[in-house]
Amino acid sequence: MTAVLQIVFDALSLGSLYALGALGIAAVFGVMRLVNFAHGDFIAFCVFAMLLPSVDATAIVFAGQLPFYLLIPLLLLVGAGLSMLSEVIVFRRFRNANPATMMIASFALGFVIRHLLLLLYSSRPKSITLWPSLGLPVEFLGAHIPMLQVVTIIITLVVLAVLVLFLKHTRYGLEMRAAAENFTMARMLGVRANGVILLAFAISGMLAAAIGLILATNSGTADIGMGANVMLIAFIATVIGGLGSVPGAVAAGFLIGAASVVFQATLPHDARVFRDAFVYGAVIVVLLVRPQGLFAPKSAKQRV
Amino acid sequence: MSRPPSVIRQTIVTPIILIVVLLAMAALSYQFGSRAFNRTAIEMFINIMVVVGLYAFVGNSGLLSFGHISFMCLGAYMTAWLTIPPVMKSITLKGLPAWLLHTQLPMWVATPISGVFAALFALIVGRIIMRLSGIAASIATFGLLGVVNNVYSNWDSVTGGQGSIVGIPPTMNVWIGWLGAAVAIVTAYLYSISRSGLALRAARDEEVAARASGVDIVRERLVAFVVSAFIIGLAGAFYAHFLSIVNPGSFYLRTTFITLSMLVVGGMYSLSGAVAGVVAISVLIELFRDLEKGVSVGGLTVGLPNGAQEIAIGIITIVILIYLPSGLTRNREFSWRNWPLQRRRLVPPVQTALKETN
Repeated sequence: MTAVLQIVFDALSLGSLYALGALGIAAVFGVMRLVNFAHGDFIAFCVFAMLLPSVDATAIVFAGQLPFYLLIPLLLLVGAGLSMLSEVIVFRRFRNANPATMMIASFALGFVIRHLLLLLYSSRPKSITLWPSLGLPVEFLGAHIPMLQVVTIIITLVVLAVLVLFLKHTRYGLEMRAAAENFTMARMLGVRANGVILLAFAISGMLAAAIGLILATNSGTADIGMGANVMLIAFIATVIGGLGSVPGAVAAGFLIGAASVVFQATLPHDARVFRDAFVYGAVIVVLLVRPQGLFAPKSAKQRV
Repeated sequence: MSRPPSVIRQTIVTPIILIVVLLAMAALSYQFGSRAFNRTAIEMFINIMVVVGLYAFVGNSGLLSFGHISFMCLGAYMTAWLTIPPVMKSITLKGLPAWLLHTQLPMWVATPISGVFAALFALIVGRIIMRLSGIAASIATFGLLGVVNNVYSNWDSVTGGQGSIVGIPPTMNVWIGWLGAAVAIVTAYLYSISRSGLALRAARDEEVAARASGVDIVRERLVAFVVSAFIIGLAGAFYAHFLSIVNPGSFYLRTTFITLSMLVVGGMYSLSGAVAGVVAISVLIELFRDLEKGVSVGGLTVGLPNGAQEIAIGIITIVILIYLPSGLTRNREFSWRNWPLQRRRLVPPVQTALKETN
């Protein structure tokens, strides 16, 4: 029983991370049809923004010493700022380009950000300590669950709730949903294209910052490549969930997280190193069964 | 009534120009280049093979594939298994089947086998994946990359796991590199003027119309997938001989994205674009590598900080894409008429790969 509970919490917390990542990608994809491959590097950038540039192994946390009620908003601002800046400088010029060109441009941007971080901080992973108390386990129905897992799940649920409220009950949320449904039509009806796209990028950047915080607290290290894995799974999740569907992206994120944890727990020992192969294999199977995604919105169907 | 000139007559100049230009580059590098420069040239030729292989699938089908580097991985490891001396293999790769453990083939035999191996693998997985289209197909190829990388990184007794396999005979030189690039270009060219290539491009531009005209899209995609896997498998084999070590990390995301960037920067729907993209980016890399080493200006050595090379190349890629979203060649082909780039009379929404009439 406690083992099962442990697996459930592992699955939920990993799924939360993937869901947050998938949301960040789906938000931008919805309004702009851009798969932002720089998202993983946004995550890493947010983590490194807490550190002073140096090549030492133990990092000097300059912003990390702030109390959490200052640090968190600051980092969200950094994420949103970077994301919006990349929109204004780079992606705005690709509005009419084909998806492959945009994708490669986003990859190139991520490449630039990654090597900028490398230049400033060197490739050596750095140890950072954020809120060590979150690593302590809490007792829950006989199982020892790390506090951080609980916090991660709660944060994700709160973010989801806020996002749903924002999308359903505010003017800007309505505009974003309209733009995701049919961008041209939305513009005709008075939605400002630049505004709504900037907003999507801001949301996406804040989600990247949130993931960065969780990852850094969890692993205790800052590594240049730390966002890449989440970004990949998140990208896959947005497609499996049905591109353009926000609830689909979240659900698929949780699903992939659950699949990884369950494979990890149930595969025979020798096959456990091949867990990712099973996860990717499962992704291909899902796509074969439902190529349009599990929760594809009706608007995603191509008309002839 | 005179028959219109055949497709071959109209388009044969493109591969000829490309191969001759590359031959000139190989000769110049061999004659005047340093050892390090020659290695850069070989690397460029191998990248040309990979990107031309990518073009054979991506350019003709219009589907973006993230999975083709897994064929490079398959080819490279196959070559490693076939060419490493049995004495070394019996120590590091104990899990190989006995017949493979005791064979040692020369490069000329092992390389085509590696290509065919990659192509066979593509035939099997392609039968499943090619049923998908659009972004679902891209993600499925991505899944393929993930599976192959995960298996090769962890199947320790056969692939050496995360570590490198050493001992592949380092038999590459500029001429072999050029030959490989030429084979890749000719193969991709022959495919794109074949019946299957024409049908696939028709399906890329107007899927519904092509289907109505009797094009079996899944089948044609599969053919393109296998052809491109063969080319990239060869490239993987050459790469193994070039570095004389292989490890799974070199056949993953970084290589995938860099080769895709080269293709898109050049122009993803044209063979000339594939080659031009690699040449352009390779020249840039070499240029900035020199700048990092430092340039002496009046006795003073001025150099860029280490790592500035990648940043500059990323920025230049973005700038090229901003001003030329369809790539340096704008998806056109090199030819004699309208030198240097063939002009198209009709401008369809998506430009076709090679000029074709009736």
